[in-house]
Formats: sequence, C-alpha cells, structure tokens
Amino acid sequence: MSPRRLPWRVLLAAAALAFASGCATVAPGSAPATAQAANPADPWENWNRKVFAFNEAIDEAVLKPVAQAYRDVVPQMVRTGVGNFFGNIGDVWSAANHFLQGKVGSGFEMGMRVLTNTLFGLGGVLDPATEMRLPRRSEDFGQTLGVWGLPAGPYIVLPLLGPSSVRDTAGLPLDRYATMSSHVVDAEAWSMSVLQIVNVRAELLATTQLLSDVSLDKYSFLRDGYLSRRRDQVYDGAPPLEKFEDEFADEPPKKGN
Amino acid sequence: MLKKLLAAACLGLMLSVPVLAQAGPDALVKRISSEVIDTAKTDPAIQAGNIDKVIALVDAKVMPSVNFEVMTRSAVGPQWRQASADQRGKLQAEFKTLLVRVYSGALTQIKDQTVEITKTQPVPQSTQVVVQSEVRGKGEPIKLDYRLDQYDGAWKIIDVNVGGIWLVTSYRSQFATELGKGGIDGLIGALVERNKAAASGKS
Repeated sequence: MSPRRLPWRVLLAAAALAFASGCATVAPGSAPATAQAANPADPWENWNRKVFAFNEAIDEAVLKPVAQAYRDVVPQMVRTGVGNFFGNIGDVWSAANHFLQGKVGSGFEMGMRVLTNTLFGLGGVLDPATEMRLPRRSEDFGQTLGVWGLPAGPYIVLPLLGPSSVRDTAGLPLDRYATMSSHVVDAEAWSMSVLQIVNVRAELLATTQLLSDVSLDKYSFLRDGYLSRRRDQVYDGAPPLEKFEDEFADEPPKKGN
Repeated sequence: MLKKLLAAACLGLMLSVPVLAQAGPDALVKRISSEVIDTAKTDPAIQAGNIDKVIALVDAKVMPSVNFEVMTRSAVGPQWRQASADQRGKLQAEFKTLLVRVYSGALTQIKDQTVEITKTQPVPQSTQVVVQSEVRGKGEPIKLDYRLDQYDGAWKIIDVNVGGIWLVTSYRSQFATELGKGGIDGLIGALVERNKAAASGKS
C-alpha cells in the first residue's frame, strides 16, 4: 500500500464507520436519551455527541497543543505561505467545482487565480491574485452535489474530521483525492498532510476559542452553524430569506410602513 | 443674486436634513461598518482584544442603530412574555455581553479589510430588509449581512449574519434548551456563568 493511498483509505473507513454506527443507533423505536429537544436534522444525535466528545478529547490532547506550538514557533509569514500553498492546490479543485455547478464566469476567475499565483506567486506560496481582485471563492464537491439538488441529509460528526452531513461526507473522498493526488509525491505524502492539518488548526485557534466562549452548548451551536453555513454556501450566499420571528412582544410591535 | 443663492442653499439644507434622518438601510449599514472598521484598524487596544474598548466602540457606534430588545426577545421566544422587567433587563445585559464577545473576536482580525455592500433585499411578507455585504481583504471574503426593520420610522438592525450563520436565530435554539431545563432564571444563570468563564479565561 503506497503512503499516498493511505489517507483516503483511512478517511473512507472512518466515514463508513460513522455511517454504519449512525445507522445502527437509529434502529426503530430508539429515542434520544438526552433531554435535548430532538432536532429533525440530527436524528443520530446520541452517536454524534459521542464522536464529538471523542474529537474534542483528541484535539485537546494532541492537535491543539501542536497547533499552538506551531503558531508560537513558526513566523506568521511562513504560516501564511504554507496556507497559500495548500490553498492554491485547493483552488484548482474549487475551479473545477465552479464549472461542475455551471458557474462558468467564476470558474474562469478561479482558474486565472491559480494561474496567477502559480506563475507569479512562487508556485502558490504568495497570493498576488487577491490583490488583483481575484479573491478565493471556495467550492467543494459536497456543495456541487447540493447545487445538483441532493439534500444535505442527516448531520454526521465524523471521527477526527468533525461536522459533516451525509451529502458532504459523500463528497469528501473525491475532494481529498483531487487535492492530494496531483501535487504531492509519495514519500512526502504523510508529512505534507500533517503540515496541512496543523496549519489549518493553527488558523482556527482563535475561532474555536471563541466558539467555546460564546456557546451555551458547543455541540448544538457548532451543528446549527455548520448546517446553516453549508446551506448558505450551496445557495452561493443568497438562500431564500425567511421571516424573522418576533411575535413575543407584549403588544404587536410598532412598525413603519 | 447673492441673496438668491443663499436662499437656495438654505432650502437645500432644509431639504437634505429629513433625507439624512431617514437614510436607507444600506446607507446606514455602510456608515456603521466603515466607522467601526476605521476605528478597529487604528486602535491598538482593540487589535489586542481589549474587551472594554470594544464595548465602548459598540455602545458609541453600533447600539444606537440596533433594536436590542427585539434581538433578545426573539432569541428568548414565547417565554419572554412571562419574564419580569428585572429578568428582561438581565437577559438583555448578558446577551449583549455575549454578542459583544463575538463581535470583538471578529474585530481583532481586521487589518486591511474593506466592506462592500453587495445587495439589499426585501424579506417577503414583512417590512424587513436584508443588507448584504462582504468583508474583503487577505484570504477569502467574509459574508456579513444585516437584517433591519423599521421602528417608529427609523431603521434598526435586528440580526446579523456572519459567514452564513444568523446570530440571533442561532441563539434561539441555544436558549430553548436552557429555558426547557430551568426557565427564565435558568437561562439567566447559564448566560452569567458562560460570560464569567469567558472573561476569566481571557484575562
């Protein structure tokens, strides 16, 4: 087994495991044991909460300390370069997804972005394209499936990978394969993967701290946030607007109009 | 001649005052966001995450254009009606501290960003509008939308969407769990505890 194949095999196995276990926990007649109001988008909440707790424990014990050390030791400029480099590889796949979703104009823009950063940005380490008003517009295969009409399906927390949905999990293997295969040589596959994961985690340190600081229940806050953000992305930032509920005033609120 | 000109200028001024007072929702959002961003960029204390400075900035620039009672009331839901004036005051104060923390987390990230208003959309079957904007700078643009409604003729912000997530709407289900467990006082207790823990972790 070549090291290059390994990450995506592990990933697939993990996804299959989560899916199978998830299915097992929704055997007919099983009801959520927690006091939480059941969320129709999260029928596997019991199982998901366990995986979430597992992920949090791993993160606290290994990934977060490593990312903090990395952030403290490696200068900002280098971290930005690492982020740009992996981002540039991801942008190729984003461009492909723009085309798959029928967005030809933005697909070409992302293509131009990759070309610019690869040629004039030292192979993607610098990001001159953003200055040239070609900002990153990420798209992944899960979003493409959504644009094609596939509903998100139940929410899943994947072991190690975190929040997802059935649809987004289905899109993951292809995402991984497309962003790994072309650029990374066998011998370096593992170290490159580790660098990418640590760099992404370091970028998220402030965000995850904030998430803990402002949520009453981190699990459901993250879940609701993930589901609405993904929905927003599938609609390219313009989902159908819903009315904001405010029917709880003592008297009907005074409105203009 | 000069008199006429002066009269015209006076008339122009008189006409423009009410127009300013009823500035459209997109103009309001544009003004607030550029004022906040300009201050955040230049103030080293805000960049360092000084929460008192952020609160002062929010109180001065943002709060006058926010209907915070509506925000809190909507997040709390039907039990708001049973809450006493004292409980309502506490809910609003604690919820504000929580939201300011979200806001300050975002503000410390601002360095060379600009805000561009992209679109203003009416919300079907209501008097509300959603003003969409994008924060552009290094990295991927961040979506920042505002939901506004008119109260006594003035536009006020009632919800904010960061990166595809409506904040007040998100807190509705967070609050519902606490309200189910311990009612209004249970929710107040949970908010106080969360704010205290976050404050001690920061310092």
